Amino acid sequence: MSKQKYETVIGLEIHTQLKTKSKLFAATDTTYGASPNSQVSFLEAAIPGQLPVFNEKVLRYAIRFGLAVGAKVIAKESRFDRKNYFYPDSPKGYQITQLHHPIVEHGSLTIEDANGNSKLIRINRAHIEEDAGKSIHTKYADYSGIDLNRCGTPLIEIVSEPDMSNAKEAVAYMKEIHSIVTHLGICDGNLQEGSFRCDANVSIRPVGQKELGTRTELKNINSFRFVEKAINLEVKRQIKRVEAGNKVVQETRLYDAEKHETRSMRSKEEANDYRYFPDPDLLPVVIDQAYIDNEKKYIPEFPAKKILRYLNEFDLTEDDAKAIAHDKNLSLFFDETVKLLKKATAKTCANRLLADVSSLAKSHNATVSDKIISAEQFSELLEAQATGIISHKIAKVILEQLWDSQLSVKEIIEKEGLAQVSDSGELEAIIEVLIKTNQNQFQEYKEGNMKMFNFFVGQVMKQTKGRANPAEVKLILEKL
Amino acid sequence: MLINRKEVEQIAVLAKLAVSESEIEAVTHSLGSVVEMINHISEVNTDAIKPMANPMDVVQRLRADKVTETSNKPQLLAMAPNADEDYYLVPTVVE
Repeated sequence: MSKQKYETVIGLEIHTQLKTKSKLFAATDTTYGASPNSQVSFLEAAIPGQLPVFNEKVLRYAIRFGLAVGAKVIAKESRFDRKNYFYPDSPKGYQITQLHHPIVEHGSLTIEDANGNSKLIRINRAHIEEDAGKSIHTKYADYSGIDLNRCGTPLIEIVSEPDMSNAKEAVAYMKEIHSIVTHLGICDGNLQEGSFRCDANVSIRPVGQKELGTRTELKNINSFRFVEKAINLEVKRQIKRVEAGNKVVQETRLYDAEKHETRSMRSKEEANDYRYFPDPDLLPVVIDQAYIDNEKKYIPEFPAKKILRYLNEFDLTEDDAKAIAHDKNLSLFFDETVKLLKKATAKTCANRLLADVSSLAKSHNATVSDKIISAEQFSELLEAQATGIISHKIAKVILEQLWDSQLSVKEIIEKEGLAQVSDSGELEAIIEVLIKTNQNQFQEYKEGNMKMFNFFVGQVMKQTKGRANPAEVKLILEKL
Repeated sequence: MLINRKEVEQIAVLAKLAVSESEIEAVTHSLGSVVEMINHISEVNTDAIKPMANPMDVVQRLRADKVTETSNKPQLLAMAPNADEDYYLVPTVVE
């Protein structure tokens, strides 16, 4: 293998839509999917004379993010600036953002690199800003349609340092941020609906060179998979250019998932003069340490800590612990269920949750977090198996019936007659009949053919529709 | 001149303002006098002066996260030069 000549440097800008009821500067509804232009106040429509009023929830959410990434600075005084640009989906002609005095600076988080080592990724800043509206290009032949519903929705833009060295690390970082904001409950994390969007700054440089190469900015990457693809594509393109003796041009490029290419967005370059200045409509946001400290109680247990707890307290496998801890709703469901267990173990709970419940959810096109089964029902089911009332096989059958049902496990067992048959008298009677109708097989069994042993266990199971207690059946057969 | 014709044209493009050929000279002159006025600040010693974002000595008021606005859809759409029942219509902008 030839030695790698170039190394890649990546920084990400992640736009996280905050889960507030109302907009950043107006008391307008932010619910996703409303009819076009039905959630627009005079402020977002830029009617003269309107003044922005800052939504306190946004401030508190941004502080929580800062606390979660261990930010060295959570500004006691932050300010808003105007970023001026013209585009139809932003009628007032500027975006309110925080250029000079952002609320959060200098945080960090760790990701796992390709060798499984943990790597620190620094966060330069997270600032508050407003989202723009949406342009619809497909509906009209000669026009673009403008929907201002999203206009003024609060965002925090999270800007990393250029600390990632390949597309996989960029994805790992993006997933970690996603996990943090969803665990904090400040963002719904829905990539399809655009609540969590990513731009990537990508450059290459010869191995050993200190100075950064010229970077390009990739826009419009709306899935974890696309981030990886887009970055790999762009790195290849840049290497090809440099190898051919050309220079990489600093520009904004659009990732096109369908054509599998990145291409220049020339229109963005022309207007690259944002003429920032302090927004005269807004005053400095001033808070004290007590205000910041008060938000600490909203910082939940994060996956990394949760994984350790699952490993130490419950002896889960590492894979199971990770799978549960990284999904907020799944881990809530798991924790809730485990609290209700008496005889069943947390380990079994994790196992059944990830195997049986997940596959059932999948077959219903749902996720476990849709909570169609309650923790009470699930713990009851685990207990029923742990105490020998039902087998694992029957547990799966009951699980299917619990889906979308208000019945308790006990009620289903009674209604369907699913309790395990451990009564030796009943089992002996069944086996007696089986011997009579399968005399040859029984003879072979007596002569020591163990295949026939399994044949009889199978037949008993068939006759009892899986309800026979296998240990009991084995005991009876061995005594014959 | 503290500001030249080319700069005025560039600012007009950024601000999406149509400044006609006959106006350019006058606009360049008046913008130039604004720049001249502002430039006086650079003559003042501001070493000990804290940058000020707002002349009022007050801080930002915060609003509770509540929805009180109702839809203004028909009124707002009616004000636009071109709109249908749902969308504002503008000349095609596609990347």
